[in-house]
Amino acid sequence: MSKVLIIAEHDGTHLNQSTAKCLNCAQSIDDAGADVVTLGNQCAAVAEQAAALTGVSKVLTIERAENEHAVAAVMAPQIAALADDYDYVLAPSTTFGKDLAPRVAALLGVGQLSDVMSVEGPREFKRPIYAGNAVVTVQVPEGKKIVATVRAASFRPVAPSGGQAEIASVQISVELPGHTRFVELLSGSSGDRPDLQTAKVVISGGRGVGSEENFEILYRLADKMNAAVGASRAAVDAGFVPNEMQVGQTGKIISPDLYIAFGISGAIQHLTGIKDAGTIVAVNKDGEAPIFEIADIGLVGDLFDVIPELEKHL
Amino acid sequence: MDKILVGLKRVVDYNVRIRVKPDGSGVVTDGVKMSINPFDEIALEEALRIKERGDASEVIAVSIGPPDCQQQLRTGLAMGADRAILVEADQETDPLAAAGIFLEIIGREQPDIVLLGKQAIDDDCSQTGQMLAALWGRPQATFASKIEFSNGTASVTREVDAGLEVIDVDLPAVITTDLRLNEPRYVKLPDIMKAKKKPLEVIGAGDLGVDMSPQFSAVRHEPPAERQKGVMVEDVDGLIAALKDKDLLG
Ligand SMILES: Cc1cc2nc3c(=O)[nH]c(=O)nc-3n(C[C@H](O)[C@H](O)[C@H](O)COP(=O)(O)OP(=O)(O)OC[C@H]3O[C@@H](n4cnc5c(N)ncnc54)[C@H](O)[C@@H]3O)c2cc1C
Repeated sequence: MSKVLIIAEHDGTHLNQSTAKCLNCAQSIDDAGADVVTLGNQCAAVAEQAAALTGVSKVLTIERAENEHAVAAVMAPQIAALADDYDYVLAPSTTFGKDLAPRVAALLGVGQLSDVMSVEGPREFKRPIYAGNAVVTVQVPEGKKIVATVRAASFRPVAPSGGQAEIASVQISVELPGHTRFVELLSGSSGDRPDLQTAKVVISGGRGVGSEENFEILYRLADKMNAAVGASRAAVDAGFVPNEMQVGQTGKIISPDLYIAFGISGAIQHLTGIKDAGTIVAVNKDGEAPIFEIADIGLVGDLFDVIPELEKHL
Repeated sequence: MDKILVGLKRVVDYNVRIRVKPDGSGVVTDGVKMSINPFDEIALEEALRIKERGDASEVIAVSIGPPDCQQQLRTGLAMGADRAILVEADQETDPLAAAGIFLEIIGREQPDIVLLGKQAIDDDCSQTGQMLAALWGRPQATFASKIEFSNGTASVTREVDAGLEVIDVDLPAVITTDLRLNEPRYVKLPDIMKAKKKPLEVIGAGDLGVDMSPQFSAVRHEPPAERQKGVMVEDVDGLIAALKDKDLLG
């Protein structure tokens, strides 16, 4: 029998949707259900949100003052100790999971699978390499624990089960290092706009938008469409928008129903981030821009003309 | 601080269009341009800047792989690294083995900081730095976009999904670099000549006593599912109609 442990991602009050996506992945490994562990400091609300999800056998909570912030060096030894009882340890392929999972794997003395996009068998998985330009099917030999991050854009979140799984508090007596200390989180303000990683509609701007001020017209359009706003690396590098808005190989990998790119040329590193979108719309004044090769709907035009006109129709 | 160790991985250049071999055994790398992994180049640039402002005395570039990695190490030396170490391995080295090798080099060199790229653009694993930090029992500061030092600690700004996170780590520590940490310098011709005289030590991976057996086996490679080219519309009215057609306008 296989036992799956999922490391919950949360901010102390809200469970991140990536956890529900990991549960979906876990179901294709073993439909008997998975355990979810929440590490935190007074985060009972998070455990309850996890317990309400389909496919959860049990929620384990490790409450400790040191777990107030997600510091990988502090969390990893606790998870490695807990992992003794499990065959699989899954974390989302977000910056949280990417930071933590390799540290857990190394403590367990095993390799780690990054960005699992599908489960082909109990020990066989597909994952993207070369910025998604190739897909490799990987087999893990018998007798090894499997530690993996789950590519969020490849899995839909599981729904609430309608019930509530058991929540159990666990004590793990491992020594925690003091060499790594959280100082602060500076977040660029996306205000009340939907979260880029879960929004159904995403509007993105590239270098073509030209400036921080010009991004205002994208925000305005986004608010009319209840959309999140993303950006290319060029737009982030130029300082038009904060880093957490970057979409792509080294930014966020997203899968909205609708993605509208304004003034983005379509470099492979950007396209990697949007391959799983339902419909891709591209607006670019250069008819030769590579983004038109993959766009479902393309419009050659100046974004400064198109956006105001589009707004009038909404 | 004394020494900074930097990892330089030889990878297919980021501008190359990747093709999967017809038999699915891998991707085509014969006759393809190879470069330093872009994130590692940023790591080296940062190490050089730290040294140039007087916060470190020596920058050592380390690569793991076939003899051809000497090209990337020579580029690193031309950028300004003081010396280089090639750990020669004929098979592919997965992140856990790479971390094991770095740990051995740390044992010999006793660096204060190990700077690695946050991921390699070939396998896209994003693991080696974290695994090394775990094996070493030291802090990790991943996805760094800013690094400052004071009294044996590094204050590192990290690019995370929620924005920018600042953490303090005691040294020695592993730091992995994100894109916006810096813009690497260009190599000048005279530096390439000078780099030829800088020391480059070659060590066999087997001599380090690290378990190199692969953790996983690759069953097959395939190209990704391609998105089809869609329709071009003439104007905003056409765009609206096309969106309505797909039921995407509420
Ligand atoms: C290791 C590595 C990782 C990377 N990771 C990422 C990543 O995660 N995400 C990412 O996005 N990039 C990434 N990049 C960068 C990527 O290669 C491209 O440089 C970047 O995506 C380009 O951004 P852009 O399309 O906004 O800019 P450009 O390529 O400069 O394109 C701007 C476009 O705007 C159009 N335009 C200009 N004015 C207007 C107007 N008024 N109306 C309409 N169109 C207009 C132009 O025709 C042009 O097509 C990475 C690169 C490397 C090397």
